[in-house]
Amino acid sequence: MNATSALRQSWIIMLRDLKHWQREPWTPLFGIAFTIMLVLVFGYLFGGSIELPGGGDYLSYLMPGMFALAMMFGLEGTMTAIANDSKKGVTHRFRSLPISSVAVPLGRAGADLANSAVELVVLMAGGLLIGWRAGGSWSESLLAVGLLLWLRFALLWLGIFLGLVLRGEGGVMAVQILVWPIGFLSSVFVSPQDMPAWLGFLAQWNPVSATAAACRELFGNPAGVTDGVLAEHAVAVALVWPLVLAAVFVPLSARAFRRLSA
Amino acid sequence: MTLAPPLKARGLRKRYGGTYALDGFDLTVSAGSVHALLGPNGAGKSTAVHTLATLTRIDEGEARVAGFDVATQHAQVRASIGLVGQSAALDEILHGRENLVMFGRLHGLTTSAARSRAAELLEALDLVDAADRKVSTYSGGMRRRLDIAAGLITRPAVLFLDEPTTGLDPRGRADVWDAVRRVVALGTTVLLTTQYLDEADRLADRITVMTAGRVVAEGSPAELKATLGGDRVLVGLPTAAVAVAARDAVATAVPVDVRLDEERAEIVVEAGAAGGTAALLAVVRALDAAGITPTQVQLREPTLDEVFLHLTDRPTTSDRTATADGGHR
Repeated sequence: MNATSALRQSWIIMLRDLKHWQREPWTPLFGIAFTIMLVLVFGYLFGGSIELPGGGDYLSYLMPGMFALAMMFGLEGTMTAIANDSKKGVTHRFRSLPISSVAVPLGRAGADLANSAVELVVLMAGGLLIGWRAGGSWSESLLAVGLLLWLRFALLWLGIFLGLVLRGEGGVMAVQILVWPIGFLSSVFVSPQDMPAWLGFLAQWNPVSATAAACRELFGNPAGVTDGVLAEHAVAVALVWPLVLAAVFVPLSARAFRRLSA
Repeated sequence: MTLAPPLKARGLRKRYGGTYALDGFDLTVSAGSVHALLGPNGAGKSTAVHTLATLTRIDEGEARVAGFDVATQHAQVRASIGLVGQSAALDEILHGRENLVMFGRLHGLTTSAARSRAAELLEALDLVDAADRKVSTYSGGMRRRLDIAAGLITRPAVLFLDEPTTGLDPRGRADVWDAVRRVVALGTTVLLTTQYLDEADRLADRITVMTAGRVVAEGSPAELKATLGGDRVLVGLPTAAVAVAARDAVATAVPVDVRLDEERAEIVVEAGAAGGTAALLAVVRALDAAGITPTQVQLREPTLDEVFLHLTDRPTTSDRTATADGGHR
């Protein structure tokens, strides 16, 4: 199977996934609405009582974190779509076709990245409306967006892998609950420096924190940390973490898809 | 030139846990024919199809599809087959036509070739009116026909139909039978699995009867029915006691197998080589001579249960493990 035909097959499957959203747009719309709600809850309800180490406006600190969190929460949608699909007859036919075993996962990845790009545009427009500003240069802002989608791309494969492996309702629900503590144990909402030392350590090494911190730096928003890896090497870590995740879960997903029992 | 058989399997074995789903399965299907795999639930029919379609790896034995080895030439095998499974392998949200175009493109057709092939198949399988509606609005028979169309996109050498009419209403079954005949007319070799003897009889040139993962009989429908003791005469009687008397009266008058079901107060007579009508007349004469008036008399084909009673001395209702053990006798 050569790479060109695998890409062409992935493209065809991506168009199919996008067509699903066009016919039944509620799932992606709800995903975006949910993130907007989180921004409002944390920005206005809780934000007033949070003080940042190193100072700065909380809403400006929160927005880049929310972008990164939205990228992470996207893996739930990926996982659910893959889990539902793998139970349906159409997956059975995909597997009987002479196509690459990465075509279905890669098609999903393309569609979900497109969805997340739209979600980011909506979130950023919303952020600008309520006073968030991207203070960096154009190229820095573009790099930030690239890093966000890079995180989404890497976590997508975790979602695909989990969707293929945990096809039962129970497993999917467990992940839908677990993303919350994992998402919160990061620099998204509060600075790791304000946490107990061991929690702060975990939060600082959360891949979501790295991407959030890198975006804050590139958008010129308050960092919320005054030392440690997030203050000094955020962009580098935000590049490496997703690379590690993708290197692990791309092959695992392709293998899980091949092994999907009939 | 002699055409190599498009399907050939020898000694296939596939183990799931402690049970062999296939236990020394052999099959040869000649080009352009319809071959039916007939057997009860759990006989290994679907496993046989899945191994031939490279969806399931075989543990032992060898099989060739269109000349390609199923163990080592997955891609070539997949390119030469169409597979229609038990549940419709379709995208519910896409339209019928969109499904066909998508599968055609995934098979490597250009978009315009996929479009024209889709239009041809929608026409051939009588789905033109429903072509631009979501598949989720289709009836069972329509889904199955679209499924068959999807299996035919690449003009495969062999089309596998796994229980194509299971779960369909009578109208849907008739539609699918019609579709299968059209497919055969296009020159495709068809391997279909079924639990229904009448379906195999109507559609197949040859039938392989299987149970517990192995073949118990093989032949044309006429050959098989002859070995199964031909048609059955079923006689309903007012009470169990009268049924016993009727059994005795028929058994002494006619030299054939008579089975008594006291619970349902009926007897079943195997027509044998003489043929159904002759047997029916003989049974009626014997009952008349004994002064017994039946509540009903029917001539019918053997049921699958009777086929298996005959071939394996075991009804189809036995559980999987028991039939699997039975396979080793």
